[in-house]
Amino acid sequence: MSNIAIKPPSQSGIVNWMKENLFSNKLNTVISIICIYLVVKFLAGVVDWGILNAVFAADASACKAASDGACWGIISEKYRFIIFGTYPADEQWRPLLAMVWFVGLIICSLLRSFWKLWLLPLWIASLIGLGILMWGGVLGLSYVENTQWGGLPLTLMLAVVGTVAAFPLGILLALGRRSELPLIRVWCVAFIELVRGVPLISVLFMASVMFPLFLPEGVTIDKLLRAQIGIILFTSAYLAEVFRGGLQAVPKGQYEAAAAMGLTYWQTMRVVVMPQALRIVIPPTVNSFISMFKDTSLVLIIGLFDLLATAKVAITDPVWRAFYIEVYIFVAAIYFVFCYSMASYANNLETELRKGEQH
Amino acid sequence: MSEPLKSRKRLSSLIYSEKARGVFAQILVTGGIAFIAWYLISNTFENLANQGIATGYSFLSLESSFGISEHMIEFTPADSYGRALMVGFLNTMKVSFLGIIFATLIGFVVGVSRMSKNWILSRIAAVYINLFRNIPVLLQLIFWYTLINNALPSPKRALEVLPDVFFSNRGVLFPVPADHPAYFWMGVVFVIALVGVWLLRRWALAHRDRTGQTFPYAWAGLALVVVSVFITYLVCGAPTEMSTPVLKGFNFKGGAKLSPEFLSLLIGLTLYTSTYIADIVRSGLLSVPKGQEEASTDLGLKPSQTLMHVVLPQASRVMIPPLTSQYLNLTKNSSLAVAVGYPDLVSLSNTTMNQTGQAIEAISIFMAVYLGISLVISLFMNWYNKKMALVER
Repeated sequence: MSNIAIKPPSQSGIVNWMKENLFSNKLNTVISIICIYLVVKFLAGVVDWGILNAVFAADASACKAASDGACWGIISEKYRFIIFGTYPADEQWRPLLAMVWFVGLIICSLLRSFWKLWLLPLWIASLIGLGILMWGGVLGLSYVENTQWGGLPLTLMLAVVGTVAAFPLGILLALGRRSELPLIRVWCVAFIELVRGVPLISVLFMASVMFPLFLPEGVTIDKLLRAQIGIILFTSAYLAEVFRGGLQAVPKGQYEAAAAMGLTYWQTMRVVVMPQALRIVIPPTVNSFISMFKDTSLVLIIGLFDLLATAKVAITDPVWRAFYIEVYIFVAAIYFVFCYSMASYANNLETELRKGEQH
Repeated sequence: MSEPLKSRKRLSSLIYSEKARGVFAQILVTGGIAFIAWYLISNTFENLANQGIATGYSFLSLESSFGISEHMIEFTPADSYGRALMVGFLNTMKVSFLGIIFATLIGFVVGVSRMSKNWILSRIAAVYINLFRNIPVLLQLIFWYTLINNALPSPKRALEVLPDVFFSNRGVLFPVPADHPAYFWMGVVFVIALVGVWLLRRWALAHRDRTGQTFPYAWAGLALVVVSVFITYLVCGAPTEMSTPVLKGFNFKGGAKLSPEFLSLLIGLTLYTSTYIADIVRSGLLSVPKGQEEASTDLGLKPSQTLMHVVLPQASRVMIPPLTSQYLNLTKNSSLAVAVGYPDLVSLSNTTMNQTGQAIEAISIFMAVYLGISLVISLFMNWYNKKMALVER
């Protein structure tokens, strides 16, 4: 007998797809109809408000006349202030360049083909370059005090420098927590648990109010630097836990094989354990960076001008006060683009790495 | 062997001995930490002495002389700073408790919707999760706060959505039963009844294990609670008097109020945390192998029984640890109250340190409180993990 396979009924086609995914039974049909109705209604409202009835010109009286539409005019009027804060207008190309450079660097660092050793010196050089570009005072750049920094560059800087500087600290803390030396372990556990147990705002309060008391008389560190130090210490405790997960994921046999080959503790860590552990921890490190990026908005509470703070200041302008929703949407969109793209990247990488483990 | 060679050998064996190096490293690190601590503390005392700030916690008993808009225990400006911080702690607990309940409810609904076979429902859940998770929670609650303050009308033109329920830029006002001792006794009876339900459940499970007969303890327990509380209500005189909000001048009098500060904090924390809970629920349900559900259906269990006795117990083992840490995160995030002016522990500590200058003491108090909460939660987690650990082989 010939065993001709019977062709299964066609599974493709939009009608079939809808039958399967939207209208498979009575309950699903009801849910789908309600959902479609709500989505259409919502989208229509958004389009009406945000595009059809909206005013795009920076004209406050036109905005007030168009009562049922968005006023994107406030964005065209204020976008430079919201993004760059009080940085001198003629010099705003400098933070812009720094941002573009760092976003590029972050993207490169996240691509697997760039995971080479020269990435480390490149990062260090970039951080120095960032300082020169933002402060100026050399190479013919005019000096800009860091009390004038603000907006998106400040937010990005607090998060990027916070994570990069916390990276080595976190590795040390994680190694310390798994160390066989009891006193070192106790100190590391105490630091990590202490920091993870309190909200970030308390660390920032410490940085802004208590830190000046710690220093000898006459020595002062400005507020931005203090907040940055607080953020670095805070992040390092979280990264330490991420790295600990990575270290635990390296099989015990690897440690034993390294010991059998006569490698010392630091050799074992550098050549055998770290390369394997770091690969595992990249997705959770990106996630930790994302939460840091979002959490830097808390510095507005201690009076720094990050992206959220400049947005709040922008809508104190009496002419534009009524259009706060547009400003918050604008700022939320900036945060969303950064966080969402990084989160999707971390997710993809995680699935990819997991695929590699399976064979 | 000559003397110098011998001593050199002893020295080198000390350098190459792992134990000796370990001890040395520990002494070095501990010494370094002790030195830094001593340096910072001595600087601090010197600075405080120079600025003429007294140290110690005696300021807690001083008169606070500020008012607090929301308090669960009586508070007047004549009360002490200590009592003000207590009010703040209770407010933190109140908003965290409600936030945890609402975030869990929404998170479960969204998480299950995300897994639905219905394409559009699942997409809506995904958009919800990605949207509220990727915007800073501080931005969200400032947005809600500004929205409530600007978009809602003044008390004079308050929206009366339901009879005697008013929405205005002063918050939401609604009627509550007027003060009466009956409600206190109903609360007492309610707690006693809960203990009774717990005992009933214990007995019912033991009875089932012994005889194989099931006893519907859930229904019996519910009946016990409702009936006992209702009887207490009748015994205490069945009060019917209500306190309703009435517009007097520019503001409302009477009724209960949810302030804009409280509402915006609660909405912001709830929406933000619910996205994380939705993902936890999803991964928890996905972690239960499909064969478990099929096997239990084949054994003749009803879908509800499958869910209650097969799927959820296994999923909860995966879900409870990350859920607890989300609850802890929500509690810690409630400290953002200071940005919208809700009088929680951190924002009242902030007021206290601005008035008294006792920054170190005030910060140490709220840090200690949060550490205490974290400690209690992690003790619970250890207990739970031990209880739920799979006994293998």
